[in-house]
Amino acid sequence: MSDPAAHVVILGAGHAGGTAAALLRQYGHAGPITLVGDEPIAPYQRPPLSKAWLKGEADADSLALKPVEFYAEHDIDFRPSTTALSLNRGAKTVALSDGSQLSYDVLILATGARAIALPIAGADLDGVMFLRTAADAEHLKATVGPGKKLAVVGGGYIGLEVAASGRALGADVVVLEREDRLLARVACEALSSFFKTYHERHAVSFELGATVTAFEGKDGHVTGVTLADGRTIACDAAVVGVGAAPNDEIARDSGLEVARGVVVDIEARTSDPAIFAIGDVAHRPMPIYGRMFRMESVPNALEGAKQAASAIVGRPPPPGETPWQWSDQYDLKLQIAGYAFDVDEILVRGDPATAKFAVFHLKGDLVQSVEAINSPPEFMMGKQLIGGRKPVDKARLADPSISMKEVAA
Amino acid sequence: MAKITYIEHDGTEHVIDVKNGLTVMEGAVKNNVPGIDADCGGACACATCHVYVDEAWRGKTGEKSAMEESMLDFAENVEDNSRLSCQIKVSDALDGLVVRMPESQH
Repeated sequence: MSDPAAHVVILGAGHAGGTAAALLRQYGHAGPITLVGDEPIAPYQRPPLSKAWLKGEADADSLALKPVEFYAEHDIDFRPSTTALSLNRGAKTVALSDGSQLSYDVLILATGARAIALPIAGADLDGVMFLRTAADAEHLKATVGPGKKLAVVGGGYIGLEVAASGRALGADVVVLEREDRLLARVACEALSSFFKTYHERHAVSFELGATVTAFEGKDGHVTGVTLADGRTIACDAAVVGVGAAPNDEIARDSGLEVARGVVVDIEARTSDPAIFAIGDVAHRPMPIYGRMFRMESVPNALEGAKQAASAIVGRPPPPGETPWQWSDQYDLKLQIAGYAFDVDEILVRGDPATAKFAVFHLKGDLVQSVEAINSPPEFMMGKQLIGGRKPVDKARLADPSISMKEVAA
Repeated sequence: MAKITYIEHDGTEHVIDVKNGLTVMEGAVKNNVPGIDADCGGACACATCHVYVDEAWRGKTGEKSAMEESMLDFAENVEDNSRLSCQIKVSDALDGLVVRMPESQH
């Protein structure tokens, strides 16, 4: 099926797109590869932007997926600061923002997701920021520092990582969350309350159940955040982390099947056999849960890149995956495997007071997901139990004196 | 700068000059050496940059942290000389280092 001379055009030069280009060459694809990205720099890792990079512990070179000369050396035509405007599937062409047109034999959509903006007054003030790109991170780093007040809108993982990094930079930090607990969409109560306590111990303050109604400003710069109860929280900068939406417009406009993202099969192929979709923009099957969904994580970006590159060069697909992700805050390492679908029981192994524990989400005696704080054995073994769909003895799982290897034996 | 030899499971060798301060993992990934996945980018969160350090170099590559030890304990095909290559910092002292890769990183 594969055509070694095919021109592969990749739209989106994030973690997924950049990895797909590199893997195609690593897998021996000989035809031309064009990588189109809307940012001015070559593909880089986003996770450190809210972690090590923000604290000054990683530089631009270490963020880059590959050295800048990599693309020319591997005959990858990298086009920075360029956006795809439209897709003509009949003619197999893409119209770009620089006025040119690209013809493709195979197209990979890796257009990612964008931060959701709050539709409220003052959202366009200077100092109201997102944290999605390296440019966003530069901006934030230049704004926060000792004595500055940082308001974080949204108590999800991004918000909490920004809060921890803000504290490391010496800023005063307040987190404003609409729900009555942190991480409400993604974690159980035990984990929510653990993170709240841990952040409070690092002098982060919280306003829960707080709806932000406006940003206030002076001379075009944000000075505060107004809440629905009428209070105004003063700040020098505000980071909005309330979720992301897939950049699926050109797919939708061209008639590709789109659900909560561009619908793909297990090879990352869309409803058009010449077009793949990978990373944050893809709505894709996850066989261990027997359902389809859209994920936003580096492992998801890498998996999509492997699936698409394998299918394009005609190599066997990657082995089945167990989705996972991680977060670093202060000295905490959180590792999550799986997703908590259809859960009927939540089991905590270890004592949250020790900052070393794991939360297992079970469906009957099957582990659906695990959230492990400073607990690599629980993460690693839990991930294997999830992927293997292997039943566990719940009483043994709940007993930290029995090692994870014995629990899984 | 250190010259590092990465040997794939099938015996294919890649000799790469790696800058001081990078990790052994970064030296491989940034040069598109196959066999080291490093899904987490060096956060010691995934154990997909597993390598075997050549015996002669074990003393110079430093000690494993508790986190690394713990992650490796659950990786496949682990040997006494197994390391996570994201946890080995490159310096002049590692010039000539030889690492081998496991059959798979999962």
